[in-house]
Amino acid sequence: MKFKNTHKDNEITDESVYKSRRKLLQAGLIGSAGILSSTSSLALTLPKPKHNAKFVIDELTTEKDATTYNNFYEFGLSKSAPSEKAGTMQTEPWTVDIGGLCAQQGPVDLEKLTTNFQLEERVYRMRCVEAWSMVIPWMGFKLADLVKFCKPLSSAKYVYFETLHDPKQMPRQNGGSIPWPYREGLRMDEAMNELTLMVVGMYGKKLPNQNGAPLRLIVPWKYGFKGIKSIVKIKFLDRQPVNSWQAIAANEYGFYANVNPNVDHPRWSQATERRITGGFSLFNSRIKTQMFNGYGDYVADMYKGMDLARYF
Amino acid sequence: MVKTPGLIKLMVFMLCLLPLGLLVYAGFQNNLTADPIEEILHRTGIWTLRFLLITLAMTPLKILTGSAHFIRNRRQLGLFTFFYASLHLITYVWLDLGLAWSHFFEDVLERPYITVGMLAWSLMLPMAFTSNKAMIKKLGKQWKRLHQTVYVVLGLGCLHFIWLVKSDLTEPLIYTGIGLSLLIFRIAHFYHGKRSTNQRPTNQKKAG
Repeated sequence: MKFKNTHKDNEITDESVYKSRRKLLQAGLIGSAGILSSTSSLALTLPKPKHNAKFVIDELTTEKDATTYNNFYEFGLSKSAPSEKAGTMQTEPWTVDIGGLCAQQGPVDLEKLTTNFQLEERVYRMRCVEAWSMVIPWMGFKLADLVKFCKPLSSAKYVYFETLHDPKQMPRQNGGSIPWPYREGLRMDEAMNELTLMVVGMYGKKLPNQNGAPLRLIVPWKYGFKGIKSIVKIKFLDRQPVNSWQAIAANEYGFYANVNPNVDHPRWSQATERRITGGFSLFNSRIKTQMFNGYGDYVADMYKGMDLARYF
Repeated sequence: MVKTPGLIKLMVFMLCLLPLGLLVYAGFQNNLTADPIEEILHRTGIWTLRFLLITLAMTPLKILTGSAHFIRNRRQLGLFTFFYASLHLITYVWLDLGLAWSHFFEDVLERPYITVGMLAWSLMLPMAFTSNKAMIKKLGKQWKRLHQTVYVVLGLGCLHFIWLVKSDLTEPLIYTGIGLSLLIFRIAHFYHGKRSTNQRPTNQKKAG
């Protein structure tokens, strides 16, 4: 898969373009994103191309499913709660507070980040720890760009993130069971990996509130809960932070949370997953989960020699 | 109404089919969330537990109200519990696992929540097969003992639910609480009946 730089986030693409693009993807014509500015009808009349496994990405999940079925516990525990309740969240203006072991300190306007860094569109598989998955076209900038902008000190070994804590806007934050705000973290090399994205859009549009607007993390080789939403704080640390799910149940959720079909959740298998594509899926039984969610070529080196059953 | 137990039974029968009807309707409306298999699993599972609790509430309701209608409908409620449990199992084995039997056996052996779920369904099987009048007659006192395993099924069903939720235990604990109350009622009534010289209601033999 290759990632082409494409467009700024004010360019809007409707779903029909994605649908025709999906056909191209299925035909193996293009690697991932990056044809938004070109028209695709011409390409479809070409002779049937040779199958090139390297550039085939799975069928996209429909925008409707990806934006109405997800976890965002700040708005409720059901999969429909985020899309039902997040609509009124205020995301403009939005600042991210940067701190910890870095030279760049204090709040930064999100707008400054999106104009400073090159936005890209990328189609990634998204594997939830609950054993379902989607394929989503995200839009964002590389976390690596942001890290460089923050000028971390050499003592900084981890990047730590926090979600907005505002029970008035996020009703479930009044309830217990999770210590708010939601927290996540990455090792520095994971943060600098070329796959790691700070996402501001999906399906060619601005990120909907329920999917973590206006700024969220996407780490495609890790379980979905690592993709912290509505980020307001980023800190550079010398010690490994405790992420929220680890705080809730350390025996079930680790810091790394790498997608791994060989290391089961203590209560359920991670060997397979139900792929959500949209359309009639009643007879789509489970598919095999891939090591590192299929992104081993990009990330496996970072974990060489590590016992992944222990550091799950 | 009192003279038409058949009509009441028919109405209960129709009501019991309602959750399935709504499920099928939602299916045709493409309204089973983005993950329909998960939704069917959840709905059939939750209705199994609800029907189990409704079934177990029949004897206490008979005791409290004195109306025999509750006992007359107990068998079909029990059978509907088994029906929804079977739909739940079929959804898991067929739709979810795609009949991958090795995966199924691994799950049953290695995932405690599936182990207890499977065990609960297996314990319902002999109860379902001995629910007709002939078997009640044939088994006599043993029938009652056999059908008391329904409380084991209840315990396993609640455990199944508790062990599968990701974080919030509120819902499974509500069901467990209701089930426990029903069990305590029966135990209390049993000892109360023993202490007083009154004979206990002999509803078990009239079941069906």
